[in-house]
Amino acid sequence: MGLKYLLEKEFKQLLRNKFMVGVAVMFPLAVLLIMPWATNLDIKNIQVALVDNDHSPLSRDLIRQIEHSTYFNLQSQTGIYREAFADLERWDADLILEIPAGFEYDLVQFGTTPVQITINTVNSMKGVMGQSYMNELLMQYSRALAETGNRPSSIVSPKVELITQYMYNPTLNYRFTMIPGLIMITLIILGGFLPAVNIVVEKEMGTIEQLNVTPIGKFAFILAKLIPFWIIGLVAVSFGFLFAWLIYGLVPLGHFLTLYFFAALFILTMTGFGLLISNHSATIQQALFVMFFFVIIFIMLSGLLTPIDSMPGWAKGIAAFTPTKYVVNVLQSVYLRGSTIADLWIDMLVLIAMTLFFNIWAVISYRKSQ
Amino acid sequence: MREFWVFVRKEFYHILRDRRTMMILLIMPVVMIILFGFALTTEVRNVNIGVLASEPDHAVEQILNRLDASEYFTVKERLDSPDDIDRKFRGRELDMVIAFGDHFSEKVFDPEGAAMQLVVDATNASMAQSYTAYASAIVAQYQQDMQPGAGRKGIVPNVVLMYNPQMKSSYNFVPGIMGLTLMLICALMTSIAIVKEKETGTMEVLLVSPLRPIHIIIAKMIPYFTVSCVNLLTILLLSIFVLKVPVAGSMVALCVVSLIYIIIALSLGLLVSTLVDQQIIAMLFSSMLLMVPTILLCGMIFPVESMPEILQYFSHLLPPKWYIMAVRKLMIAGLPVSFIWKEIVILIVMAVLLITISLRKFNNRLE
Amino acid sequence: MNNDIVIQTKDLTKKFGSFTAVDHISFEVRRGEIFGFLGANGAGKTTAMRMLCGLSRPTSGMGQVAGFDIARQQEKIKQNIGYMSQKFSLYGDLKVWENIRLYAGIYGMKDADIARKTEELLERLDFTKERDTLVDSLPLGWKQKLAFSVSIFHEPKIVFLDEPTGGVDPTTRRQFWEMIYEAANRGITIFVTTHYMDEAEYCHRVSMMVDGRIDALDSPSNLKQQFNASSMDEVFRKLARKAERME
Repeated sequence: MGLKYLLEKEFKQLLRNKFMVGVAVMFPLAVLLIMPWATNLDIKNIQVALVDNDHSPLSRDLIRQIEHSTYFNLQSQTGIYREAFADLERWDADLILEIPAGFEYDLVQFGTTPVQITINTVNSMKGVMGQSYMNELLMQYSRALAETGNRPSSIVSPKVELITQYMYNPTLNYRFTMIPGLIMITLIILGGFLPAVNIVVEKEMGTIEQLNVTPIGKFAFILAKLIPFWIIGLVAVSFGFLFAWLIYGLVPLGHFLTLYFFAALFILTMTGFGLLISNHSATIQQALFVMFFFVIIFIMLSGLLTPIDSMPGWAKGIAAFTPTKYVVNVLQSVYLRGSTIADLWIDMLVLIAMTLFFNIWAVISYRKSQ
Repeated sequence: MREFWVFVRKEFYHILRDRRTMMILLIMPVVMIILFGFALTTEVRNVNIGVLASEPDHAVEQILNRLDASEYFTVKERLDSPDDIDRKFRGRELDMVIAFGDHFSEKVFDPEGAAMQLVVDATNASMAQSYTAYASAIVAQYQQDMQPGAGRKGIVPNVVLMYNPQMKSSYNFVPGIMGLTLMLICALMTSIAIVKEKETGTMEVLLVSPLRPIHIIIAKMIPYFTVSCVNLLTILLLSIFVLKVPVAGSMVALCVVSLIYIIIALSLGLLVSTLVDQQIIAMLFSSMLLMVPTILLCGMIFPVESMPEILQYFSHLLPPKWYIMAVRKLMIAGLPVSFIWKEIVILIVMAVLLITISLRKFNNRLE
Repeated sequence: MNNDIVIQTKDLTKKFGSFTAVDHISFEVRRGEIFGFLGANGAGKTTAMRMLCGLSRPTSGMGQVAGFDIARQQEKIKQNIGYMSQKFSLYGDLKVWENIRLYAGIYGMKDADIARKTEELLERLDFTKERDTLVDSLPLGWKQKLAFSVSIFHEPKIVFLDEPTGGVDPTTRRQFWEMIYEAANRGITIFVTTHYMDEAEYCHRVSMMVDGRIDALDSPSNLKQQFNASSMDEVFRKLARKAERME
């Protein structure tokens, strides 16, 4: 009965605090504008320091191959390993390739020759990829050498023609991977932080007491708090979808309605969570800190930044309790895989369960009297 | 000076009395370093493979066995038809499908070779690339081993892995988590704490007291500085003893760099607090201008050198980038201090600049 | 229960841990009465009032407000009372009329009635100019008057006023009490806490709270007689001498 008036009040207050709403909506969108360009795990431009002890036509040929490779940059070329190593230590070079003296001779005479690769593996991913690209390059080079008849081989070597097809994201555009996740971060901030602060503000101002002596129901009170953020969230997410299309040309393969359905559901999850924290906090500071604590875990374990499958079992267990894990999967799936609700019913059930859990708890834990 | 210390004590009481805030301040770094130290990994693990092969074939089996035996892949099931791939991917049951051409064993020794196709779910573009690289490497190894006539192996690389021979992701992420955690605790918490005083009006009261504004600010910073030092200590202890990421270089240098970084972060927090007057906005500012860029732009997860040039320049302006770099070199690579003078100088310059700007801003606000 | 008794308590007690804020208080308030609840800061006035309003649960004892039990029927009580807290608690970022509309709406008034009564009220208070002003930018005295008007806007049976005149100037205080009388004349029971002893003179009956107990309860004139004092202030000082509890 009083819900209408409470809602009116919440909207007026929100709209009057234009600065906050503006900041809250603009910042995440700015993130969407800038961040996809930065988030790139592609390992390219691996800096190679080359030590050529052979100075033969073949070694120079190999060096040319490295220069032409898209993965490697020839950073320096010396005859002394120590100098190359200093480059590695200065972080100027990522990888040292040392071609031994007698490289050409051994290769022609015996069909095999060792080379020395030294890699900085602080970034293990870069280490692995650098090593694998270099191996591939060397192998292709040896094979090409064998085939051009430089060393005619009567023996047939096994040959597997490997073709790779990348489904759903054929250009391997990592931005497409990230954008659905960045849209989710927008929702976390709008749906989580703003409500988390909202009730506590009333507590700090003392206005909540005035409401507590009225006959207004707990449910109406929480609902009135929830709905405005839900609407703001949906507006922001629409902008997110629009930006994704205008700037990055990313349109969902699946249905927009599916996206909106899950976005709406997820906002409710986060809003409920925010209100819950709000109920349990005495000061804005507390609410913000606690919220932050959880949000950072939610983001880091969502599987957006690093794969959940690679986490240790217990971390996977924790990730299973973060709503973000499901939303990232859903948004990515609908956007790229074209998934439908039928594919995503588990995620849907989990999110619904979480939404109910948080919101019901929020209503229960909201006390009108001590 | 006595008034000053009285004031500092008051600030400590503020933090210590608010139990929940205190807990968050001290526990957040612990949880972050342990959780993220173990959980954040770009390693490829548990990749589920589906197989499309028309008939039993021993070369196919050999390759599959090699894939299955690797720590990266699990051969999960045989598919009957390529039409199943989409359904399996969308159901998240499989990550990659390998299709083998007919008569694989025979064709392997044909001049045109045997056909093998990797169909990868590239929703996560980067992981997809890794799957392909790992699978290709295994197939390449297979070809190599099948090569008749030992010795004719072409170029054989002999690989030395520097600094992180076990290829642990945590070696890469721990410096980043340190940069993130300290930034959060120092900048975010400080800005909110100061804005809180502005919001409740207690700041006004302090400012009319005989204490000089600079002393008020320093007094506010000291407890947070102390908390940050405690956090630094916990982070280091946890990294060394729980995550087993040792400090390979000079511990003293590491602490000095970290202290400079803490000062930078505190100044940033102060700066934010002079710009806004609502806690929630301080929060949004700090998280959007400090947290998100720290996670995404400073090389914590995404290598700076893979970014577009303009963003690389931008990332040079961000203190965490230099801090993370310095920690990687010092703590992980164990390089001597002479190799990180550039990072140290940049961080010191940033610290001086930020302190000056934020103090000036704070003073201006008074007039 | 006598129809004329609108508030009744028996041994009402509230403890916070080992501290007894309100200690077995018993009293009755009649319909239309202006009941003053006096005491020093920390005497337990606000705690007692919060229990009566259903904001706080009693530790022991019983009480009824508007015929409903304060321990079990808080929501029923809330439909029958108005409340003005010590801390100003209208929404500063809402306009004058918006605050009125909000609370009137919560108490179930109809939109048309709200609009009509709002205009009447604003006119009576000479507030029409400020109709669209944000409450934050009103002077304190006006805010207090507005807060009081909002608390009785829905014509409750009883209104609880917690230190309503704290921090306002004497002129405004007098105007404020005129408003209180006006409300009482309309049949609204007024339950008011204050530590201004001169205000006690305006009440029909006052109770004096010391250390969580009610030490005296009667009309101001009877109390003055009983304590052989010339003013309520003197009565209070004589009582307070016995107080153990510091502020």
